[in-house]
Amino acid sequence: MDTIKFAQQINRRDFLQRAGCSLGAVALGLLGAQDATAKNTEDAIREVATHFAPRAKRVIYLFQSGAPTQLETYDYKPALTDLNMTELPDSIRMGQRLTGMTSGQANFPVVASRFKFKQHGQSGMWLSELLPHTGTIADDICLIRSMHTEAINHDPAVTFFQTGSQLAGRPSMGAWVAYGLGSANQNLPTFTVLVSRGTGRLGTQPLYDRLWGSGVLPGRHQGVKLRTGKEPVLYLANPAGCDTNTRRQMLDQLRDLNEQKYNAVQDPEILTRIEQYELAFRMQSAVPELTDISDEPEHILEMYGPDVRRPGTYARNCLLARRMAERDVRFVQLYHMGWDHHDNLPDHLGKQCNDTDQPSAALITDLKQRGLLDETLVIWGGEFGRTVYSQGKVTDTTYGRDHHPRCFSLWMAGGGIKPGITHGTTDDFSYNIVENPVHVNDLHATVLHCLGFDHERLSVKHQGLDVRLSGVEEHHPVKAILA
Amino acid sequence: MMHPLSATLRMSIPIAMGLISSAHAAAVDFQQDILPLLADRCFACHGPDGNQRKGDLRLDIEAEAKKAVIVAGQPDASELLKRIGATDPDDHMPPSDSGKAALSVEQIALFRAWIADGAVWEGHWAYTPAKVTVPAKAKNTPWTRDDIDGYILARLKAKGLTPSSEATRETLIRRLSLDLTGLPPTLVAIDDFLLDNSNDAYENLVDSLLASPAYGEHMAQSWLDGARYADTNGHQNDFHRIMWPWRDWVIGAFNDNMPYDQFVVEQLAGDLLPEATESQRIATGFNRNNKTVTEGGSIEEEWLVENLVDRVETTATMFLGLTMGCARCHDHKYDPISQREFYEFYAFFNSTEDKGFYNATRGNAGPQILLPTYAQQQELQKMEKKLAALRADLETARVGQTSEYDPWIKSLRDATPAAEATAPVFEAKLRGSLPESALQTSRDPSWTTGVLGSALALDGSAEATLNLSQAVTFDRESPFSVALWVRPDGEGALFSKMDEANAMRGVDTYVTDRGEIITHLVNTWDKNALKTKTGRVLRMGTWTHICVTYDGSSKAAGIKVYVNGHAVPTKVEKDTLTGPIDTSEALRLGQRTSSLFLKGAITGFQVFDQALTAEAIAPHITTALAAALPADISEEQDKALRGFLEQNVAVAVRPQQEAYNNFEREHRNYKQTIPGVMVMQERAEPRPTFLLKRGAYDAPDTSEQLYPSTPDFLHAMGEGLPRNRLGLAQWLVDPANPLTARVATNRLWQMVFGRGFVKTAEDFGLQGSPPTHPLLLDALSVRFVESGWDVKGLLKSMVMSATYRQSSVLNADLLAADPENILYARAPRYRLSAEMIRDSALAASGLLSKKRCGPPAMPYQPLKLWEELAGGASQGPYKQDTGENLHRRSIYTHRKRTVPHPTLSTFDAPSFEYCLARRARTNTPLQALALLNDTTYVEAARHLAQRMLTEVDGAPEDRIEYGFRLATGRRPTASERTTLATGLAGYMTKYGEDSEAAANLVANGDSPAPEALQKDTLAAYMTVAGVLLNLDETITRE
Repeated sequence: MDTIKFAQQINRRDFLQRAGCSLGAVALGLLGAQDATAKNTEDAIREVATHFAPRAKRVIYLFQSGAPTQLETYDYKPALTDLNMTELPDSIRMGQRLTGMTSGQANFPVVASRFKFKQHGQSGMWLSELLPHTGTIADDICLIRSMHTEAINHDPAVTFFQTGSQLAGRPSMGAWVAYGLGSANQNLPTFTVLVSRGTGRLGTQPLYDRLWGSGVLPGRHQGVKLRTGKEPVLYLANPAGCDTNTRRQMLDQLRDLNEQKYNAVQDPEILTRIEQYELAFRMQSAVPELTDISDEPEHILEMYGPDVRRPGTYARNCLLARRMAERDVRFVQLYHMGWDHHDNLPDHLGKQCNDTDQPSAALITDLKQRGLLDETLVIWGGEFGRTVYSQGKVTDTTYGRDHHPRCFSLWMAGGGIKPGITHGTTDDFSYNIVENPVHVNDLHATVLHCLGFDHERLSVKHQGLDVRLSGVEEHHPVKAILA
Repeated sequence: MMHPLSATLRMSIPIAMGLISSAHAAAVDFQQDILPLLADRCFACHGPDGNQRKGDLRLDIEAEAKKAVIVAGQPDASELLKRIGATDPDDHMPPSDSGKAALSVEQIALFRAWIADGAVWEGHWAYTPAKVTVPAKAKNTPWTRDDIDGYILARLKAKGLTPSSEATRETLIRRLSLDLTGLPPTLVAIDDFLLDNSNDAYENLVDSLLASPAYGEHMAQSWLDGARYADTNGHQNDFHRIMWPWRDWVIGAFNDNMPYDQFVVEQLAGDLLPEATESQRIATGFNRNNKTVTEGGSIEEEWLVENLVDRVETTATMFLGLTMGCARCHDHKYDPISQREFYEFYAFFNSTEDKGFYNATRGNAGPQILLPTYAQQQELQKMEKKLAALRADLETARVGQTSEYDPWIKSLRDATPAAEATAPVFEAKLRGSLPESALQTSRDPSWTTGVLGSALALDGSAEATLNLSQAVTFDRESPFSVALWVRPDGEGALFSKMDEANAMRGVDTYVTDRGEIITHLVNTWDKNALKTKTGRVLRMGTWTHICVTYDGSSKAAGIKVYVNGHAVPTKVEKDTLTGPIDTSEALRLGQRTSSLFLKGAITGFQVFDQALTAEAIAPHITTALAAALPADISEEQDKALRGFLEQNVAVAVRPQQEAYNNFEREHRNYKQTIPGVMVMQERAEPRPTFLLKRGAYDAPDTSEQLYPSTPDFLHAMGEGLPRNRLGLAQWLVDPANPLTARVATNRLWQMVFGRGFVKTAEDFGLQGSPPTHPLLLDALSVRFVESGWDVKGLLKSMVMSATYRQSSVLNADLLAADPENILYARAPRYRLSAEMIRDSALAASGLLSKKRCGPPAMPYQPLKLWEELAGGASQGPYKQDTGENLHRRSIYTHRKRTVPHPTLSTFDAPSFEYCLARRARTNTPLQALALLNDTTYVEAARHLAQRMLTEVDGAPEDRIEYGFRLATGRRPTASERTTLATGLAGYMTKYGEDSEAAANLVANGDSPAPEALQKDTLAAYMTVAGVLLNLDETITRE
């Protein structure tokens, strides 16, 4: 079999040379090559070259869908204690647009965090009591408290974060990275997606396939969603009654017949197809091997917390993210749902933090102890922040917060990022940014920078426009947080 | 790094073009060679966009360029040439930091030659009218069949190439069937064609395929991509919508061979045609296919703008091949479209009835037409009749009520006190003084003004409420009534005589902050008690008379609640009272024992020892109001009285109102079940259109209102045309329009040759790919218009050509000469579309349903795909169809935008969010997994095996050949047959030894395996069939 494969490669190389095309130009991602014609375009060449030396080889993005409040987690506002239940001053609000959910409210009572903060690590990072485990990695993360976005509702805001545009149809961040860096693993997808449901709010905001779509990039760069259960990738399992041996026999015949066809019609696309079937076969064993955690020692499982023993939880997904980092998957996109706390915030938030605090910290610690953190960029954050004023009724035990795009918190860690720093400041109400604002597209530029790309040059032409992750306006990597 | 191959190609096209260009034989062609370079490298700073222009230099306008940097005939005097060839980085153009590549030596030479030759300037090819120019070398040869072939041959000869031989007849019939109907030919059709030796066999085949109803289904596929058609609204919860009647209109229009100009006009403006038919109105669903927003909190204006921009982009892309969206935020950088012109085009659409944001609306929204069945029509008529009757009832009830303030006050003053009014057993007037029975409170009462003058004010605190001594007792076997006037400002008890510490024993009535009235009679909560609850009958801040009566029956039905004397319906929430309810707790007003402190005001509290009727309550109300009227009514009391009166009417007609509302809801829900289709409809008054600065919805430039108009660089809109969508549509199909026919012709060519002359089918502008065969594109588009926009006719001439009939077999020389097959020295060979792959497998296996049109089908889909993303937030789980609906053509597969069907999206079908004029064609391992393991294909493999076993009487090799033909349309070679037969033998052994595996394998899919077939044999053949369905050739158009 090896001989045959080698022969195929020779065939293909011959073809490519005859076509005046170097092999490097078609060193393509795992998820397949495009048709023969596209292979020869400049697009294909762009897929491998970084613009400068990368600091990170891969990204793990822990996306907190629904928008976590910054006020009870990362943005410590002691002055609010005295202002509790007072009206939000007009000088702070400055007539900014509100969502249709609170724009009709008569009052905008300021609510202070019901949770206490304390300092952690050598840098003295202020963190909420809901995040004790995150406290243990305070010196490993870079906390940005001055994120801001343009969108005010979930669908456009999540789309904006993931694709650089509020409107659907642009390539997702993972697709750009897959496009730019290509695959480093022959048996697994380059860009994977893992979704978990929070315990904080049921009936939560939905997600969409487009968030990991490839947009105007070739379709092979789209994210592959890993699911729980027997079939982590759609159609991965052989049908009932077809065992691995039978499948292998089928593929051998299929290859034999496709080679006969190739010999007759000389279409190089047939060779690509043969390769894709072989890759598919390898994925059938590599993916279950990835998702089977029975080889993890007990102390590692304990690090991630009790949820790790249940498939489909955020904790399990964090562990899988580490396993994928070990296997050189380029972009692992986690989504944890349930952060949209318009009401009952203290209760819902406690549950969400309980879901995520320990596993997030464990992931950082685990990557670090394996020497992987330096080359892996980890991002934690949601699509916008939440308002300092309460949405709806405030009682002794409960209150809610509406969407707030003007400031929110997010942290990054690992390859290319300064550890143990806090970047950016908001006003006493955590309403406006007073220092070092970071636009969503600046974050995109920063991520690409860590991966070795000039965000302005990583672009493709589409309908007359240069499509970029960092958008059309001027944006910059955040120099102050780069290591 | 410049790709060596693409460099060669880039050179080869202009050279070849130059050779056949009749106007400038052997010279540089401005349109082909110069303008694309100017556009790509220079226009960003020296083009149409005034805001970005550097050095006040324009290179998109001949006069400006020649005034400044180009001296015709004198290359060395032309600044342009100096700058593009400069070695000093400060002088060099384009600047190194512009991100634009420097011009190559060859490209600079082209500029030099062009200037030396006189710098002849022409407009961009696509913006000048198409005309027929026969290429010099296009001669009829034995090979040519159609004019098309002359154009193709001229290019081939120029490159020293010759056409390939004609494909085999087996290949031809499969190619034609796939290209024209999206389905493979049946074996009968193949055999008939192979045996038909007549001269017109091929043409007859083409005609029959074009006449097949499958043609329209296939043609609709790419049109649906362009129209971003889907069965859900696309944002957030992604609710289902019904737009399939529009999809069926498209299929019908293609099958009827509707002239393309009519196809355009009806879809853009069918509603504005004189006496528009239902069909013409359905057609306008084209521009209602855009996504719509339902997410709470969204801003109407923002999404209205996005929807309109989407319509502009879709319309411009599909009909004009223009990227107008680029001019939304600023003047277009490459094409001559100003930002102002963008919004003038946008104004054509800024006059329709639909909204930007439909809060939580499920299903269709905005103007739509319903398409009921006869039975539904009958039912609708019946319901509408009843609805009218209920509305009349409501009006009648309203008429009976006094609603004018002054006459009402006068009637109160004139009223004589009712002599027989039932006397209360206890009364606390609460008009400025407390009754004697009042117990000491912690602070003095405060008073406010109400309907009866002074009233007891309650601020929601325990201190403000009132405890009365043992003035009354309530007993479950004795009737009683409690009445009072209240102005609730929030939640709280009206009165109570209840012991909270003793399982709530006693009686209370309280109001919720939603305006509901809840009454309890309790022995032991919650096991032995009565509880009733009204609807939301109270308005906060409004004075109301409330009377709660109880008939002593120990039943919840014995509790009645009267609001302003009108009985209101109650819901029974507890009906288990069997024990005594008396308690020694005090009678309290405005609170329970120690909770539910009312905020608001109360007055005129009365207790009766009987259950009052409505007749008995009314005089109490009138008498109390009349008695409390001073000669000069204070402002506060006046306000209270007006509030009372206003609410009184609402309360009085409440039963009629509710009956109407309930039935109206029923009617609306019923209408939701009737298929409708969203359509375009004009508002009475168009919305004013303004240029939006930076394209932002909240930054209109209100200094000047804009009106519908088409871009200046294209032909003028006729004086006689209305300035609305109809006028726009007629302007589009005006033969003077240089783009519409070219864009449509290009798309049709793309359908049968895999790629358009203009590869960027969506962009004919300066940034688009130049046409590979400009003369042929023009000739065909002229022919198209002259034929009366005959779509089938144009397709027929394309597939009748010798160019089309060539073999697609490649060899090293062909690959080296033309790897992308731009010149057509062979037929293209490429993978089928997602829909065609699935439909072909279903057809080969005999499973394909012949059912056409109608609601979308829900074929096999892995479990929980929808729930994983949407959870409880959307419309519930995917409901997989059963039976025939599992096997309908893929054009009918339900399209959920946020979770596209994986069978389709894996093979590059879009998610239908935006207009898409051409799909990618990828080759991935996920495709391999889907074809090998998706139930769709596993079940199809079994049915293919069943056909091999039941429709052939012969040796295994014969069965293999039969299956191979069904999958690929041809007979296997001896070697292929051997490979498959060897495989079969192996599977026979395997499944012969493992009957459980065989039983499991043949059980895949909903359809049962025929009992008559041996499971092990079927399993073995099924495995072979699986190989057949996965063959490269099976999913390829050759």
